[in-house]
Amino acid sequence: MSKYKVKIILIEKENDVSYGVSKSNSGVLHTGLYYPPGSLKAKLCVEGRLMFPKLATQLNVPYKLCGKHVIARTEDECKDLENLKNVGENNGVKGLKIISGEELKKQEPNIDAISALYSPVAGIIPPYLFTIASAENALENGVKILVNTKVLDIKEVDSGYKLKTTKGVFHSTIIVNSAGLYADRISAMIGLDKYKLYPCRGEYLLLDKNCSSLINSMIYPVPPKVAGVLGVHLTPTLEGNILIGPTAEFICNREAPATTKEKIKQLIDGAKQLLPKIPLNQIIYAFSGVRSKITPPEEKDSRDFIIQEDLRNFFNLIGIESPGLTSAPAIAKMVVQMIEQNIDLTEKVDFNPRRRRTIPFHDVSRMEQASLISSDPSYGEIVCRCEHVSKREVMDALNNTFSSRTISAVKYRTRAGMGRCNGGFCLPKIVDILQREFGILPEKINLKNLDSPLFVGTTKGLRQDDKIE
Amino acid sequence: MIKLSDILFREVALVIIGGGPAGLAAAISAKKNGIRDLIIIERNDWLGGILPQCIHDGFGIEIFDEALTGPEYAQRFIDELNLLEIPYMLNSMALEITLDKNVYVASPEGLFCFKAKAIILAMGCRERTRGQICIPGTRPAGIYTAGVAQNLINLKNMMVGKNIVILGSGDVGMIMARRLTLEGAKVHAVVEILPHTNGLPRNHQQCLIDYEIPLLLSHTVTEIQGRNRVNSVTISPVNKELESIKLNQRKITCDTLLLSVGLIPENELIKTSNVTLNPATGGAFVDENLETSVSGVFACGNVLHVHDVVDFVTLEAERAGKSASLYIFGKQTKSKRIRVEAGSGIRYILPNFISKKTDIEMSLRVKHPGEQVSIGFFDGKKLLQTKKFRKVHPAQMIKIKLKESETRAIKTLKVRVLQ
Repeated sequence: MSKYKVKIILIEKENDVSYGVSKSNSGVLHTGLYYPPGSLKAKLCVEGRLMFPKLATQLNVPYKLCGKHVIARTEDECKDLENLKNVGENNGVKGLKIISGEELKKQEPNIDAISALYSPVAGIIPPYLFTIASAENALENGVKILVNTKVLDIKEVDSGYKLKTTKGVFHSTIIVNSAGLYADRISAMIGLDKYKLYPCRGEYLLLDKNCSSLINSMIYPVPPKVAGVLGVHLTPTLEGNILIGPTAEFICNREAPATTKEKIKQLIDGAKQLLPKIPLNQIIYAFSGVRSKITPPEEKDSRDFIIQEDLRNFFNLIGIESPGLTSAPAIAKMVVQMIEQNIDLTEKVDFNPRRRRTIPFHDVSRMEQASLISSDPSYGEIVCRCEHVSKREVMDALNNTFSSRTISAVKYRTRAGMGRCNGGFCLPKIVDILQREFGILPEKINLKNLDSPLFVGTTKGLRQDDKIE
Repeated sequence: MIKLSDILFREVALVIIGGGPAGLAAAISAKKNGIRDLIIIERNDWLGGILPQCIHDGFGIEIFDEALTGPEYAQRFIDELNLLEIPYMLNSMALEITLDKNVYVASPEGLFCFKAKAIILAMGCRERTRGQICIPGTRPAGIYTAGVAQNLINLKNMMVGKNIVILGSGDVGMIMARRLTLEGAKVHAVVEILPHTNGLPRNHQQCLIDYEIPLLLSHTVTEIQGRNRVNSVTISPVNKELESIKLNQRKITCDTLLLSVGLIPENELIKTSNVTLNPATGGAFVDENLETSVSGVFACGNVLHVHDVVDFVTLEAERAGKSASLYIFGKQTKSKRIRVEAGSGIRYILPNFISKKTDIEMSLRVKHPGEQVSIGFFDGKKLLQTKKFRKVHPAQMIKIKLKESETRAIKTLKVRVLQ
């Protein structure tokens, strides 16, 4: 929408963008194998994936079309592969082919299967980087972004809508509800309480980068017969980690996604089935995210995305679960087209589709690293030893446009803290930078949002009230 | 536009990676053994590694016969280093060691490539994390490894919490239990999965018993609660297989969980080189010269195997420095080596290869604590030497000397705990 001459405010309740569903998922650019032909999921997934190469390049977000193998380990599953291929082809997916176990072995020496469905155009992208980049580009093109702002109430008024938030009252003609896990509650504020989301937690395990040679593409099982669930799969990340997951478990609490002993075990078992020699002592992290499912647990078939104008100029985007990330650009386009029916949209002449990004030290050649350091010595100061992130990158991340100055803000922008030490080595250094360069007091340094303090104060603070005996 | 700059190539006899206790002692020893052309690469902006944050005493008893604090112990070596005019680079991170012993280093002064004749690995170790042991629960603020908390408290004066639970009774964990108590925090429990402490007995006495801090053996943390900041943890007893059981689970209200659940040699740097690693230690396989599987690459200190006492790190590093200088001067004698094997009851033994030409000091650790334990060295079925110990503990490194006369004629060498 920032392409058009419209005044836009993006409201986010957390301290940073990409805090919820967008951050904790597999980061897969899906091809569209699973969704019923004619559904929004099928249409938008295929369309969205085709938009990604150009969009990711413009937004300067790395991605890779590493391909994907859905593997069959029984004769029954081989039939399922045929079905998936047919569904995919009906949805317009190109290049699908079923290969034998031997052919699979040539591409994936560590994977055993009878046959596999190969999808060459499936890809991977760091979902948080894509989300952050989109927000930054929108901001550069005039969108106002308010973080730490919670919508409390929405009222219909003559001119449109009145939003009461924790940062004051806003009037707007149009509202797009893309509140993810809370989209049902936002919709209910305006009286549209017919939607109910069923939070469905997915847990993941992350393997060390030194396991990167184990797989070359995404490895999926044939989907289990549970609505909208793809099964525990292995996803290589761009940086060489392997992601195991996700599980699927309906939960009551949308906040604070936790990991559980049972699901960690399930992930380990699932991963072993796909890749028997998976080195489990190389697990470096366990985390989880919550899907915003509109399909009730008891329903067999997954319900479609809800993308519609439920009230005049009130657009609901609800139940955007997988393939939500892949579909996102196509969803955006669809919403723009819907808005265009209601108001005149004039394109800006000075719209800038390109986003500048700090060059990551780790990603470039030694020659380029030498050049980066001579252009700015802080490129030569490595803050995160596991991921080789420089002080320059950390500084730029902390100078982000949303003034989100937390450890997480650095982590999701630079990868500092995503490595095998879980941020132990870089934390004191980032804390140092926050204090020295940004003047933030110890008790104001937060891990992720405004209520996640890392410190209770300085040393000797707790002893101030001690009586001298 | 960024202007293209060159990588700064430097030829140097010896590159020492790491300026902690191992790197310092190795450099001093190499210099004393005639190496003039050497450099220490240190990623922090200080020398001494972990020592400056270890403000408790007990360092130096073996070497100096004095109980020094960590900073004091480090300073003795830093002073000597400066006296010997040994060069070092701070804020400098070794990025890669190539197969032909080129060391790429990022520093604010530029990207260096040191073409080295010999390399001493002295990168130390890192702490095992919550992620690695997969403790279930949420991911709020307030979860620290003990060493990170020690860094924040002792070097940055930042107080990490008020109500603390510590998982793991490693030495750093127990030392931090005392430190936090002295700072006015309440340490509710030190929780240890094993039926015995995982650190030195002296730390158990001086840090926990003396301060009446509860130690829960055969227990572990099974869940972390709290959205933004830790608000409680669940602890559970474990069975003999170290699996948690639901019986007698309980929640402890706290704002901080400290982890002291093991140290891992920080060897990622050599994964691109041809150095082979020993799964039992996480460090390189070495011979009695502390030379790894790559000729001219030596390892010492916690990057080789995690030590209990820094004095032993220093002594080992001195040997590495001497070996590297012999190698550089071409005086190293290569001879047929035999493999040293760890048998039953032994977690690991170093060196992994010996040449039978000199007396050798072996370092080993047992798997289980015990009293009146005998450790035997065997050549096949022939018992070469027995050493008796009043008490052994996995946390305590055992040193045994083998004389050249004992090994001269052997064909194999295996060490095990005698029944």
